[in-house]
Amino acid sequence: MTRLPVNLMIGAVLVGLVVATAALSLVWTPYDHTLLNIRDKFAPASPVHWLGTDQLGRDVFSQLMAAARNSVAVALTAVFIGGSIGVSLGLLASAIGGLVEDIVMRLADISFAFPALLFAIMLAAVFGPSLTVAVVAIAFINIPVFARVARASANQIWTREYVFAARAAGMGRFAITRDHVLPNIAAPVIVQATIEFAIAILAEAALSYLGLGAQPPAPSWGRMLSEAQTLMYLAPQLAIYPGLCIVVAVLGFSLLGDGLRDVTDPRLVRER
Amino acid sequence: MGYFLLRRTISFIVTLFVVSAVVFAVMNILPGDPALTILGLDATDDALAALREELALNDPVITRYGQWVWGALRGDFGVSHSFRVPVSELVVERLPLTISLAISGMVVTVILALVLGIGAAAHHRKAGDWGVMFLSQLGIAVPAFWLSILLVLLFAVKLRWLPPGGFPGWSEPLGAIRALILPTVALALVQAAVLARVTRSSALEVMRLDYIRTARAMGFSRQRVLWRHVLPNALIPIVTIVGLQFAALVTGTIVIENVFYLPGLGRLIFQSIANRDLPSVQALVMLFAAIVVTANFIVDLLYLAIDPRLKARS
Repeated sequence: MTRLPVNLMIGAVLVGLVVATAALSLVWTPYDHTLLNIRDKFAPASPVHWLGTDQLGRDVFSQLMAAARNSVAVALTAVFIGGSIGVSLGLLASAIGGLVEDIVMRLADISFAFPALLFAIMLAAVFGPSLTVAVVAIAFINIPVFARVARASANQIWTREYVFAARAAGMGRFAITRDHVLPNIAAPVIVQATIEFAIAILAEAALSYLGLGAQPPAPSWGRMLSEAQTLMYLAPQLAIYPGLCIVVAVLGFSLLGDGLRDVTDPRLVRER
Repeated sequence: MGYFLLRRTISFIVTLFVVSAVVFAVMNILPGDPALTILGLDATDDALAALREELALNDPVITRYGQWVWGALRGDFGVSHSFRVPVSELVVERLPLTISLAISGMVVTVILALVLGIGAAAHHRKAGDWGVMFLSQLGIAVPAFWLSILLVLLFAVKLRWLPPGGFPGWSEPLGAIRALILPTVALALVQAAVLARVTRSSALEVMRLDYIRTARAMGFSRQRVLWRHVLPNALIPIVTIVGLQFAALVTGTIVIENVFYLPGLGRLIFQSIANRDLPSVQALVMLFAAIVVTANFIVDLLYLAIDPRLKARS
């Protein structure tokens, strides 16, 4: 048993912390994160309010916990939707090849012209800003990423001898894709999903900060920051905590992704 | 080489057209009735009919798309619904700020990344290297808008050296530059974190090659070998990432302009969303997407200039 990479372990701990917090917030937070208590506004950190309260007297720690849940849920949904569509398209392109492959890959190239922000801006202009807009925009940018990863990995599998054997035995393209290709591209897809998770958390925070994502009173680290920005002279501490949470979550998932890649694809481990 | 150039140019033009079709479709077909989206549910029938007439919504979709593209090619993006002036006028007014921000951000990014990346490679596996790697890992995880807020907290709220936001206009050059310092730094630091990593690993790969050892054996100084022999040969992956980053920087200006209340295109897009000004949003999204596509096209052309092998092969 070789030693696990350091980045994998640190990443796993940070991700564990974020996911556990998100899960715990489903059943318990110190206070209701929407509970207003104007008399207690801008309370400093104390045993009563661990990280103090905001301009409406809401408990900051409870809000951060609830926002973790929002972040993880958005990232999970968006990466799952984008990943499923992307992997399906990549597998389809690889299985059929020819014109279909060309079209899918060209479309993937073209969709890189739309960063999540531009896509979210269009959707928000048409439908009005909402968390759904953020999820759809983040899912959309994930499609080409996963399509490329799935196609590149699948193309390698299609040249393996066991696939030739399966074809010789009369198995169809879709049966081979399901039974042989899909299980064998799982590792790179999972690695990519972990990294995309980090990007999705960052994107959700940015979209909510800009007002295109979570709407009040839905808890979100990004939205907490945009509220805190207007109070910087009064309560600068409110602008610190949500940002730290974003950094911990993003750092966790990106380290975990890097670590998983190092473990699953040792060829990629360069001299560090 | 001519073939490569031709193929790439055709694909560039096709991409622009497909992108324009997507933008048009999302903004005009998804909402059902754009007039209703703009005016809201309580609009009178007369107002709706008038706006439909103004936006030529009664024409077939294909005709409208054709007219939009034809207009855009001539620099006519229609009339802003909220400002009541041509969108192109609004763009021309605000473009200099956005471009200044993107370019100064790019320059700072490249300088920081090259110095840190090459420095880290030169001190491979020493404290400096670890320091740069740690900072770049952290930089990738820090959202630019939070970094902006932290910079404002430190340099505007606490130290009072720089303004927390706003823009005095180009007629006050000193004030304008002061207003752009924090936004530029916020924009550049995050991108520099990514680029420094790429620079470092690319430089490390080149440093392993024989001709670098030869150059050192011939008695050239470390610094000379690093900047004259290692860097030029490590440039290809760096240029790729710089191209992608320019696209990220341009969309990054949308965020940063909103953090610092800078009256550029990014701020205009958000004002247009708030005003339900679909023609402006459509034009601005297309403009940003076109910048991204063009940046990628230029990167491909740069490959030709940088990599003689590509020239020879094609």
